[in-house]
Amino acid sequence: MPYSVREAIAAFRRAPILVSISIISVSLSLFVIGLFALTAYNVRAALNEIEERVEVVAYLNDGASPAQIAAAEAEIAAMPEVLDVRHVSKTEALATAQRELPEFQELYGGLDVNPLPASLEIRLQPGSRTPSGAEILTQRILAFPFVEEVEYGRDWVAKIVSLQRLAGGATLMIGGAFGAVAGIIIATAVRIAVFARREEIEIMRLVGATNGFIRRPFLIEGLLAGLIGGLLAVLLTYAAHRFVSSTLMEIQWVPAEWIALTVLAGAVYGLLASAVAVRRHLRAV
Amino acid sequence: MIKLIEVSREYPRTGYALRDISLHIRKGEFVFLTGHSGAGKSTILRLIQMAEKPTRGEVRVSGVSSNKLRRGDLPKLRRKMGVVFQDFRLLSDRTAEENVGFALEVTGAKRVTIRPRVARLLAQVGLAARGQALPEELSGGERQRVAIARALANDPLILLADEPTGNLDEWAGKGIFDLFREINGSGMTVVMATHDLDLVRKHPSYRVIELSAGSVVYDSADRATEELV
Repeated sequence: MPYSVREAIAAFRRAPILVSISIISVSLSLFVIGLFALTAYNVRAALNEIEERVEVVAYLNDGASPAQIAAAEAEIAAMPEVLDVRHVSKTEALATAQRELPEFQELYGGLDVNPLPASLEIRLQPGSRTPSGAEILTQRILAFPFVEEVEYGRDWVAKIVSLQRLAGGATLMIGGAFGAVAGIIIATAVRIAVFARREEIEIMRLVGATNGFIRRPFLIEGLLAGLIGGLLAVLLTYAAHRFVSSTLMEIQWVPAEWIALTVLAGAVYGLLASAVAVRRHLRAV
Repeated sequence: MIKLIEVSREYPRTGYALRDISLHIRKGEFVFLTGHSGAGKSTILRLIQMAEKPTRGEVRVSGVSSNKLRRGDLPKLRRKMGVVFQDFRLLSDRTAEENVGFALEVTGAKRVTIRPRVARLLAQVGLAARGQALPEELSGGERQRVAIARALANDPLILLADEPTGNLDEWAGKGIFDLFREINGSGMTVVMATHDLDLVRKHPSYRVIELSAGSVVYDSADRATEELV
């Protein structure tokens, strides 16, 4: 095992309290970020589910021939923003209305005529579920002569999009703030660690160690502390996830990349924080 | 080996520590630096280590000039010098062996080569059996021996000692001094700052440089030259 790694590990043994403080501060900071990420992920998942239901409905003239409708259906399905198109005939619409709306039954129950139009229900590609995406499509579909009216959840779409923006912005800001706090705590803990080993650094210089050599064990120590802190944060977040899922409501666990990112963030934080602290201290000695 | 050329060292708050000093210490010499505390002994040692740069003038050690020194050169230069202090400066959480081995490890030496070398060094300073002891378990004299073994670890050309016997009783001090003489006998240049005038008087064959208020007031080498003339 090279000297720097051995020394970094030895530091854990020599100053267990100090190193524990670093690790705990990394893990708590990342835990807060992790909790937020977990929340943000679940909010986003919920929003996506709602968003998926955003569809554009084109109501058709009663005069449209089946051939015309089939041609329009094919043409609309070929548009890049469109995920799929479903044709709902007058009969189908009536059946649905009778099933889902009891008031409708009361109003039209005795009539022989079917007042409902046939329609094309168009689901959008994920990227196009925005007010402007839906609007562009609407204009294009209105160009078909037998399309009487096009409807989409205009307000819904707008609300969902702004909610998503809000959630994203909040994640960025609060996550960023906690990230900054975590960085400061780590840097402080590492600086204390460096200060505690000031004597050792002086002796290292005295006997001809290069700056890189002096720096390396501290960097590895920071990296290890950050890495362990990151892993602990993942464990804590997972425990929180289990707790919420079993007591409050079923929530989703975040994807593996996010976990890897959390651990990596811990390691990088630890490394950067100790780099800053050691650099500053070496200049001072 | 060591040259100070018209060297002055001034501190912003306390003024001149050294004023216009020129010295030439040759390879294999044993030099006493004497004078009151504050006369500039430690400053000269720090200038030779290039831990400080002169305000004016030039310090040359083993071909390296203080005026042309780059940060990256310093570690290599330090390996050519062993340094011993009054307060030993051992790492208290490491054994005697580890303290000596430390000086080798930081130069990137392989572990397999470190172990036998440390054993040899400890034997050289008379501590072959104390390798596993922590500094707190050693007497003052023994601690200084560990520090000397550490100073010798990288086969330096020069041994610098700042009041190495200052914290020791007479017997321990004598033992340390004898060790220095032995080291010098093997050809190493030794520069020892001390205010122990008895010690200096007992060894008239060694060069004595006396400092006062930052200037050289006596250099036995000058007198020798004068007498020759």
